[in-house]
Amino acid sequence: MKVIKIDKNQWTQGVDAARKSYQLFGPVKIKENYCFAPLQGTQQPDMNVVDTVLSPKSAVFPQTEKLLSATLDASKPAHHLMKRADTDYSPRAVIGIRPFDARAIDLVKLNFDTKEYRDPYWCDAHDATTFVGLAVNTPSQFDFSTSMGSGPFDEKGLDVLLVDTDSAYLAKVITEKGQAFMACAGFDQEATPDDVQKIEALKKTAEQAITTKVDTDNLKEKSLLDLHQAPFWDDVAFSCINCGTCTFVCPTCWCFDIQDETKGNDTIRFRNWDSCMSPLFTLHGSGHNPRGEKTQRVRQRFMHKLKYFLDKYDQGTMCVGCGRCVKSCPVNIDIREVCNLMNAYEPQK
Amino acid sequence: MNNPYMPYPVRIDDIEVATEDRSLKTFTFTFLNPDDEVAFDHKAGQFAMLSIPGKGEIPIGIASSPTEKGFVKFTVFRTGVVTKALHNMAVGDIMGIRGPMGNWYPWDTLKGKNVVIIGGGFAFTTLRASIVYMLDPANRANFGSIDVVYGARSPGMLLYRDELFEWEKRDDINMHITVDGCDDPDWAYNVGFVPTIVEQKAPKADEDTFAIVCGPPIMIKFTQPALQSLGYGENQIIMSLENRMKCGIGMCGRCNIGKELVCKDGPVFTLEALNKTPREY
Repeated sequence: MKVIKIDKNQWTQGVDAARKSYQLFGPVKIKENYCFAPLQGTQQPDMNVVDTVLSPKSAVFPQTEKLLSATLDASKPAHHLMKRADTDYSPRAVIGIRPFDARAIDLVKLNFDTKEYRDPYWCDAHDATTFVGLAVNTPSQFDFSTSMGSGPFDEKGLDVLLVDTDSAYLAKVITEKGQAFMACAGFDQEATPDDVQKIEALKKTAEQAITTKVDTDNLKEKSLLDLHQAPFWDDVAFSCINCGTCTFVCPTCWCFDIQDETKGNDTIRFRNWDSCMSPLFTLHGSGHNPRGEKTQRVRQRFMHKLKYFLDKYDQGTMCVGCGRCVKSCPVNIDIREVCNLMNAYEPQK
Repeated sequence: MNNPYMPYPVRIDDIEVATEDRSLKTFTFTFLNPDDEVAFDHKAGQFAMLSIPGKGEIPIGIASSPTEKGFVKFTVFRTGVVTKALHNMAVGDIMGIRGPMGNWYPWDTLKGKNVVIIGGGFAFTTLRASIVYMLDPANRANFGSIDVVYGARSPGMLLYRDELFEWEKRDDINMHITVDGCDDPDWAYNVGFVPTIVEQKAPKADEDTFAIVCGPPIMIKFTQPALQSLGYGENQIIMSLENRMKCGIGMCGRCNIGKELVCKDGPVFTLEALNKTPREY
């Protein structure tokens, strides 16, 4: 694999060069918080932010997105016939995405790009995007990515992995998309073998800095029904206020709602992020609700992440250990504890 | 690229009030583009999204049989935003259909078998499609005996009444029509709840007999023991489920029961398969 050395003095210049061919997304401060957003004008990504409040999933899965549009004006040709909304899918690059977030997008792809159906909105956005990741040298106290099939230097889902060595970035060029981005930015100085060794050392240090260990090794063999009927769910859900924060900050939560909005004769079909924490999520037209109780909804979220997804795809859990839900939950519900509970659960015979 | 969110444009060709309380109407649609009709190649038991621009989409079972060509039919209960808008639409109006979606009754398994159809209330739509499909001259010889237990609150709440009474006259299908109650002295059929009539009239199980059950949760709940007392095994009881849906193609995440998605892995499940799920429906 090619490793390129980018002197930090040249970084801004390279980003500006890439800006000519790519729409850039990166971590920026919005009000008090850091989020991934399109970089405006000459705005530079803040490469020192370890965990943004929201994950960069919105680069390929916007919080609200136009799907289709139509005119309801019966005097117009093609009235009431829906057409695909005009969306810009020219090349874009997400700069500074952390490895666990790139891993998350890779997992979410399993949902949107299937044998039977391909979601054209998600897939077109994904195809258009180059993921220029940034390894985590100093993991936060909430990071447990090494337990969840990812890690601070994980390359899955990335096109380029940048490693910060103080004076320079060492860039592992992983895919052709990544190669094209580097060429566009004018980064072409090959790293020396000494530089490459630094990456390994930093990786080791970072992995060792993650002290939280979450056990997932038994989840696969546990019975789905046993876990569903386990007695701890009421305790887990007791303090939950169903605010949905965990689902919005989660890089792997992909559930969405579809709604039509009309102004005058113009109608647009949107999709919006939805949350399994809301009772409306599953409410039937009849008033019946299969997950009408809070405990059922909390259980659904953890079971989906840690058991249903695992059983369905056999690609690990649908949690990448970013720790955002742990950090943001207003009542301190902790997926690490729930995962350990599930992993250790033995039904009473 | 094929966009699974893009509805096929259709025109409403016929609207028929289906029940005496006018809460259900049967809509007949034709495709604006003949190619779309070919692409919409469904099997009895599948559903589709009815799509009204500006209002939204609803998942509804397909009531016409694949053997009926040139149109598709849906019977819709007026209950929410989209169904209310649909009930107010007129013949000639343009809207959309996405589908067909989901799996279907297991027609390969049912080949050469006796079939007992059990339905209640509005949930007779895909069962009607199935009966029309099985009675088609090209298909009838592929099945053994066909029994139908269908019940509604009152005679006027039975769907597809003309067809029901025609099927009554045939000797290649055993109809057991029932109503919960009736003050018409000329009512010539059964009075009683579906599970009771199932116990009295449905054939006893053998390995060549399968039951297809579709109805409100309370009917399903009490029909299950009735079928089990007749000897039906869990793999011989076939059920069609519904859950709230948005995408219909397995992506939006809300219709799951455990790891199964009602929209894509269902809506048809055997009781055996359902017993392996957390049964959140």
